[in-house]
Amino acid sequence: MADHAHHGEIDKVTGTATTGHEWDGIQELNTPLPRWWIWTFYATIIWSIGYFIVYPAWPLMNGYTRGLFGYSSRAELDVDLAKLNQVRGEKMQALATASLEEIEKNPALLALARAKGKVVFGDNCAPCHGSGAAGGKGFPNLNDDDWLWGGSLEQIEKTIKYGARSGNDEGHMGNMLAFGKDGTLSKDQIVQVANFVRSLSGQSTRPGVDLAAGKQIFAENCVACHGEDAKGNPELGAPNLTDKIWLYGGDEATIIETITNGRGGVMPAWIGRLDPTTIKAMAVYVHSLGGGK
Amino acid sequence: MNKPLRATDLQPDDDGPLYTAQKKIFPQSVSGSFRRTKWILMAVCLGIYYFLPFVRWNRGLGAPDQAVLIDLANNRFYFFAIELWPQEIYYFTGLLIVAAIVLFLMNALGGRVWCGYLCPQTVWTDLFYAVERFVEGDRRERMRKAGEGFKMQRAAELALKHSIWLMIAWWTGGAWVLYFADAPTLIKELVTFDAPMVAYIWIGILTFTTYTLAGFMREQVCVYMCPWPRIQAALTDEWALNVTYKYDRGEKRSSLKKAAQLRAIGEPVGDCVDCNQCVAVCPTGIDIRNGPQLDCIQCGLCIDACDNVMKKIGRPTRLIGYDNDINIHRRMEGKPEVFKPVRARTVIYSLIIVAIGGAMVYKLANRSLLDVNVLHDRNPVAVRLSDGSVRNGYTIRFLNKRGFDRVVAVDVEGPPNAMIHIVGADSITPARPMIILGRDTTTELRVLVDANDDVPQSVPVTFHVTDIGLGEVASTKDVFVTP
Repeated sequence: MADHAHHGEIDKVTGTATTGHEWDGIQELNTPLPRWWIWTFYATIIWSIGYFIVYPAWPLMNGYTRGLFGYSSRAELDVDLAKLNQVRGEKMQALATASLEEIEKNPALLALARAKGKVVFGDNCAPCHGSGAAGGKGFPNLNDDDWLWGGSLEQIEKTIKYGARSGNDEGHMGNMLAFGKDGTLSKDQIVQVANFVRSLSGQSTRPGVDLAAGKQIFAENCVACHGEDAKGNPELGAPNLTDKIWLYGGDEATIIETITNGRGGVMPAWIGRLDPTTIKAMAVYVHSLGGGK
Repeated sequence: MNKPLRATDLQPDDDGPLYTAQKKIFPQSVSGSFRRTKWILMAVCLGIYYFLPFVRWNRGLGAPDQAVLIDLANNRFYFFAIELWPQEIYYFTGLLIVAAIVLFLMNALGGRVWCGYLCPQTVWTDLFYAVERFVEGDRRERMRKAGEGFKMQRAAELALKHSIWLMIAWWTGGAWVLYFADAPTLIKELVTFDAPMVAYIWIGILTFTTYTLAGFMREQVCVYMCPWPRIQAALTDEWALNVTYKYDRGEKRSSLKKAAQLRAIGEPVGDCVDCNQCVAVCPTGIDIRNGPQLDCIQCGLCIDACDNVMKKIGRPTRLIGYDNDINIHRRMEGKPEVFKPVRARTVIYSLIIVAIGGAMVYKLANRSLLDVNVLHDRNPVAVRLSDGSVRNGYTIRFLNKRGFDRVVAVDVEGPPNAMIHIVGADSITPARPMIILGRDTTTELRVLVDANDDVPQSVPVTFHVTDIGLGEVASTKDVFVTP
């Protein structure tokens, strides 16, 4: 910082010394930055040099300078994670060894499984089932008492592990056939059976539709999966048609669409993506949402 | 062009500086009723502070037996028979409000009673002065020694004084941490260096602050750091009794000899003989005869000093005493003195204290030892079940503040034919599940309520939690929603 004060003259208006520089009759006042500011600035420069030496800083062709301390934020994270796992270790071990029923009967383990399950659900399941597991069209609501593949702890765990129509060998299989597209049923027949299905759950039917014919069609085509009483079959993922819960919709148009084109919603298999303990926690969490079956 | 005004042109600087460098004060020892009161209060205050953590209180098996314990790790506060949970923190709010109003009331009755007799800064500074006096001698001696150069004996004295000060300060910090853990256990841990680091840090902090504030900063704390002198100046009124120099009686000042001569010829003369004893004993180094002032902590030591002189010269005592300006003026006008402790201000303060204190005592006496909080599921708010009925999910938190496990039954009231199910709990009867609540803990459970579809959009729902053994009941309300 050069001090020009002694070169310049005193500006008459402000009483401040000028730097002696003049352009077109305009003179520059000499009002330098405060000395403490300048020194702080120099100090930060010196500090940064030390920082470059001590910490990783300069990119090189095949890497970067490691710094004197060999500091790495990634290594620090690993240490922190190891510490965290050590802290959690005992409880997670208990979760891993306990059976699903034991977890649900032990208040501490239940709370832990629910807490863990909630987080994992948010990360993995919420995109389809919604953050509160309320589901949507084609994606089951997990808070109710209707379970396509069974609502016991074991059944829920199995569904999470292997999925449905997921391509996993252990996964649930079973498709709703496309009776209309295949040409198995005519359009009239589909309307008849659709109205009969609506009558099963006490819903109104279209006037003039022959329900007896619908019943006949149902007996010939549908009971194999949905059962004589139409209460469904969790082995095949065939929904109960006599209750008030409809995965795709219980109105006539939707039922006609379902019969015509079939349905085959996919639940991915989570084994391999989530570890068994996490899946266990998930199963307990999902079971606790609606109380399971 | 007009010359701009400078700040100093607008604000004449005639109030004196905002801060003056500390001048060393050498308070003289004094004896008398106020000094005695101060000794007693010091013994009581410090006795409570230093020894309270050692007082035991039997709360039964498994519970801490320390009478006063702030158990931060377990979120419990124990004060003799009272055990408070974090959500009952409002008792502390109430306590702080009552404390503030008590301070106002003391101020309205007797001025800065707190500052003069009870404030920790006063108490510890007084104690540190006592040590200083014990080691170095009284005022004159200390003043002489302060002016002297370095001598071996002087160095030994200073070393002794600072050692005692540091020991007191260290004990002060040590007593502080004992309130936050079981005292005997913590002492053992402190000695064997097994205590948590935070204990050592707090002992360090309080040792440092006690040593610095009571040993060196002394009256500076009262004058520059403490907000109370400024607040109390705004709270006081003309009826409050303050340590006052009765200038109607004291002026004009004259020497003892001159006063006798003047009295002999019938000239008016004041009682003050200008002996400066009131100044010599003052721990903040002020002259009370200059009238009420910010620096005066109203400890009454000048009253003792003046009384001693008045007794010696055969004049009535209390030339300096608790009085107010109103009485000074009344006496000057020949009217009798009046004291009015019962005024609108003191009555209102007392009523507030009684009201808040009474409310707190009532609440504490009727404190529920079984409590229940409920949180309705937000996503989804309600669920349709396969038979057409409706299910609502709730997260319910049960609080068992008793020192033993208890079995409670949960009932739901409101929606018609409501059934309740608690996840993870065995239902004895479907409509009335029972659960075990651990002692002195909270239990959070998921509760599902099913009801018929024929309820309106939303109906109130009440959860009753009943202790099967004791019959205690706690209830909480929420709503039951239909999709």
